This record gives sequence, C-alpha cells and structure tokens, in this order.
Amino acid sequence: MSMPNTIAEPIESKLDFEHYKRKERIKSWAKGMLFLLPSIILFTVFLFYPLVRTIYLSFFLTNAAGETTVFVGWENFARMFNSPIFMQSMKSTFLFVLYTVPLTIIISLFLALLANEKLRGIGIFRTIYSSTMGISVAAASVFWLYLFHPSIGFLNMIVTGLGFERIGWLTDPTWALIAVAITTIWMNLGFTFLILLGGLQSIDGYLYESADIDGAGYFYKLKNITIPMLSPTLFFVVTVTIINAFQTFGQIDILTQGGPQNTTNLIVYSIYREAFVNYQFGSASAQAVVLFIIILIMTIIQFKLGERKVHYQ
Amino acid sequence: MGHVELVDLSKSYDKQKSVLDGINLTIEEGEFFVLVGPSGSGKSTLLRMIAGLEEITGGTLKINNETVNHLPPKDRNLSMVFQNYALYPHLNVEQNILFGLRAKKVSKQEQQERLMEAVEMMGLGEYLKRKPRELSGGQRQRVALARSIVSQAPLCLMDEPLSNLDAKLRAHMRIEIRRLQKRLGLTMVYVTHDQVEAMTMGDRIMVLNDGKIQQVGKPIHLYNEPANLFVASFIGSPKMNLGNAVFVEESKELVIENALSIKNNSAYLENIKRTEKLKIGIRAEHIFPATSETATHHLEVVNVEQLGNETIVAFDIGAELWTAKWAGQWSVQVGERVPVKIDMDYLCFFNAKTGDLIRPAHFSKEKEVAAI
Repeated sequence: MSMPNTIAEPIESKLDFEHYKRKERIKSWAKGMLFLLPSIILFTVFLFYPLVRTIYLSFFLTNAAGETTVFVGWENFARMFNSPIFMQSMKSTFLFVLYTVPLTIIISLFLALLANEKLRGIGIFRTIYSSTMGISVAAASVFWLYLFHPSIGFLNMIVTGLGFERIGWLTDPTWALIAVAITTIWMNLGFTFLILLGGLQSIDGYLYESADIDGAGYFYKLKNITIPMLSPTLFFVVTVTIINAFQTFGQIDILTQGGPQNTTNLIVYSIYREAFVNYQFGSASAQAVVLFIIILIMTIIQFKLGERKVHYQ
Repeated sequence: MGHVELVDLSKSYDKQKSVLDGINLTIEEGEFFVLVGPSGSGKSTLLRMIAGLEEITGGTLKINNETVNHLPPKDRNLSMVFQNYALYPHLNVEQNILFGLRAKKVSKQEQQERLMEAVEMMGLGEYLKRKPRELSGGQRQRVALARSIVSQAPLCLMDEPLSNLDAKLRAHMRIEIRRLQKRLGLTMVYVTHDQVEAMTMGDRIMVLNDGKIQQVGKPIHLYNEPANLFVASFIGSPKMNLGNAVFVEESKELVIENALSIKNNSAYLENIKRTEKLKIGIRAEHIFPATSETATHHLEVVNVEQLGNETIVAFDIGAELWTAKWAGQWSVQVGERVPVKIDMDYLCFFNAKTGDLIRPAHFSKEKEVAAI
C-alpha cells in the first residue's frame, strides 16, 4: 500500500504545480489586457475603425452624403493613377518632402550644436530657437502670408531692395511650392531643434574630454562622436519629419489652397478637396489608402536602412 | 627638477569659496603619485586642472618646467583614464584604442605597431572587434589603459579607475597598473578615495581634505606619523583609535576618555605641555594581547571579527569604539573581559584644538634611527 503512494504523490503535486502556473499566466494576461483596454478602445474608435472604413470606401462610389452606392472594385485606384492631377499631386508631394526634410534636419542640427555650447545667456537662444513649437499652424501661416505679400511683404522688400524683380511667392508656379516649403521648415524647426538638443545633451561629456586629451579637433569630434552618438535621435527626427511632410495640410489651405496650377496640391490637400469639395468620398478614400501605403513603405525602408547605421546604446 | 610642479594653485567657481587653495607640490619624473581624500575634497578637480579640463583660477602649473596654464589638454602631452573609462560605445576595441592616434594623424603603420604592443601588454588580442558593451568591467578597464599606452605620453593621469570594479578584480588591477607604470617609466598621478589603493600603489601620497593639503609623503610615513587627526583617521584600516586624554599630575597618569588610565613611565613625554587639551591615537595592532601578568588593562569585548589570519576585537572606551588587531585566531567571546597591553610608547599625541600632531608614536622614531 505504501509503495504506490510514494510514487504517485510527487506526480500529483507536479500536476498541481502546472495547473497553478497556468492559472497565474491567465491572471497576469487578464491584468495586462485591463491596463491596455483604455488605449485599445481609443485606438479602435479613432484609428482602426476609420482605417478599415477608408479601405472599404475606396472600393465604392458614393453619393454626396458619403453613403456607398456602387461597388467598383479597383476602378477608383485605376482612375486615380491615370489622372494627371493626381500624378501632379504625387510629384509635388515628393518634391515637397525633398525640400523640407533635409533642410529642416540640417538647420536644426546646426542650431542645436550652437545652443549646446556653454555660453552666458544661452537659455535665451534655446527659447528662441524652440519657440516655433508653440505657434499654431494657422498663426504661422497667416504670419508668413504677410511676409509673402507681393507688394507690402517683407521678403519682396528685401528682393527689390537688392535690385531684383518682385517675386510672386504664392502665385508663381515655380515659387509657390518653395514658399510653402520655407514656411514648413520654419514651423518644424522648433520641435526638431528641441529633440536634437536633448539628444546632444545626453551624450556623455567624458567622451569629449577624453577626445580633447587625445588631441581631436572640433570637426573630428563632430564626425566621430557627436553624429554617431546622436544617430538614434537623428533617425527618430528624420522619420517624424518625413511623415509630417507627407501629411502637410494646414499651411497649404491657408497660403495657396493647392494653387497655382495645382503645384502645391499636396496629397492630403488633394484628399480633402476630393472628399469635401467634390464629394467624391470613394476616390478620396482611395487616395488616402495610397498615402497610407507610401508612408508605411517609407518607414519600413528607413527602419531597414537605419538598423545598420544607427547605434543604440 | 620635477615633472609636474604646482605652485600655489587654487580653484574657485564664480569667485565663491575656493574649492582648492594653496596647493604647492612637485611630482618627480617616473613617480607614482597618489591623490587621496574623501569625496568632495577636490582631488578630482586638481587632476582635471593638471589635465587642462578645468580652468586654473590662481597659481601656476608647470609640466617639464614649462608653464602650461594656458595650454589646451592636447598640448600638455599627457594621457588620462577616466572613472567610467569614457570608451566610445559605437566603436570597437581597436577603433577605441586608435581614436587618439587617428585624430593626431599618426601614420597607419605606426598606429598598427603601437596597437599591437598595447594589445599584447593588456592581453586584449581576442577582443579587438568587440564593442565596449560586449566586454566585462575588467576588460573595459584594460581597453582604457591600452588607449593611454598607445598615446605614449610620459605623464598619465588616472581618475578613480578602479572604483567600478569588484573587490577581487580591483586587487588584481592594482598590481597590473603598478607594473605597467614601472615598465613604461610613466609619471603617474592617480586619484582615489580608497586609502588601501593609495597605500599599496603610491610612491608618495598626498592627502587632501576640504581643498587643502593635509600631508604629503611616503605611505609608511603617513601611516606612522600622521600630520594631523584627519590623516590619522583616514589612513590605515581599521582606522587609528582616537580618544581625548588628560594628564593627571598627582598620580602621574594619562587618563583617556575618562575610562582608561595609563602610567606615565616614558621619559620622552616630558616636554608635552600638561595643560594642553590632548587627543591620543593608537593603531589597532598596537593594542597587544596579554597574559594576566603582562596586562596593563582588562577590557570588555563588544565585537569580534574573525578574518582567519587575524582577529579584530572591538572595545568601548568611553564614547569611542576602539579596535585591536591581533595576528592569528583568538577565541574570545563578546562580553568577555580580556587582558591587553597598552604602552605609552605607541601613542601618538595630537593637539585636540588644532588637530595637529604633537608627537608621533615613539617606536617609529626608534626604527627610523635604526634604519639610518
């Protein structure tokens, strides 16, 4: 009698043990979900549902109220890629990204390097450089609208003062996109500057001291310490700036409304016009889906490239 | 003619109270010089001033007989090892070691020669392609050392280089650094807060407290004849036993902390002013175990630490806790009254008010005389 008991007991207790562990796992999973619930609900209502709905809409024609009428399959997409206006809009968008992203990064990196020096009153400059972060798109656009004004605008006063012809900043097709790009760069500087300055300040000062003793010059240190150590921050800033550039809307709406000759009709503005001016919710949705895919691909490419170059601590 | 000379050097921030004051010091060529002091004593600041990383407020700093106050770090011909090693996390071991040489545009061939030499010396051969985060603390330490070796600077500064290592590795690296310094004939200025490191490594030690030099000298000298109470309590482990003392004329006794009286049988104490307030100190190893016949006192044991090769016994003397260090293993129990021998000759006398040494322990005088 006693023999089988002694063998059976350890097995039984082992089974209990497994059961207990499983129960713990379920409990901790439930707890985790509980913590995630608020953001799951918010994301579902404001992100996942609209995303799914947009994809759904992109396969239909709609009436003016946005209700689906006819299922057209890929026709919205096909028509879109054959439309010269949409292709122009794509071209403008990519040009716009090309104008704004590198310049924003370079200028704000330069400002951040300046503001990272230990000088008297440097706090004032840091405040000034980051101040555009606190200005809304609308306010900044109106402000630039006056600067760009053909006759009383400050920019044209400089241009004529230097003896050049007046420039129709917002009305000349060759200048309009550049004007919007300048506005956008100026608006993005504050945020980018602040993030880069934060990145610079988190670099260990000992590294520079050690380099000083080794006799490294300023640019040698910049190239071999600052930039590599800043690479995760730079990577983040590049990603965010690119996404922002693709989604530019406010300044277009106020400065040019997509004109002249559709040169500033960037993709988000084009989506807006298609949906709320032309009431073509189906094709607007199709454009939105394309934008989503473009940004997704760009970000994936960046992460793939970035992984090799970026150094994380 | 010293390698590094500090003449009346001082440092203050924003014209406030000075952090370092009146530092006069000469460090000889090829010397292992240790700056030791508690945290906040200004020892790291002093080192950084020598390196050129910290502005000199007053006085002159000379390296090789040339005033270098105005020179940037790179023109002072020195190397430095930092407490956290300051390795570049994005570069591998080889790139880290060669960083300075590349900055100075040393030829590729010479870079490789120096690298190989340093790598061999530090035993880093298999780690050349690794990043710092893939190395252990001791290996990182070696990379930092290798980096200062390849610079071939005759003066090497080290700022608490061993404080991030565990005790066992620290003891090992102490020997390695000392050996390296001797082998390359470096002049070394070494900052530490660990008095054991200071004692075991330094040719000479400078004890710093509150920005002022307390004493400069050979380790043994500092141990036997501490210039003041601060050095007495800082140098040596366990620390020197201290206590207030008064001479009682009638009984010709010295009474310590109102608890311990010692017969004044030593002639050499004659010219200590009897009226002065005194503080005495005695090293733990000078409170000897005794038999009932030879004992001068019987003291109650409050704690016993068995270290295997020696036994540390603690006693309450008035308000002070005294420790005695006895060679070998002694089976004493807490609460037991044990016979000990405390001899007047082993006492150091300090002025209680100023803290300055009046008279060192007699035995050390005797030995020095014998040595000469």
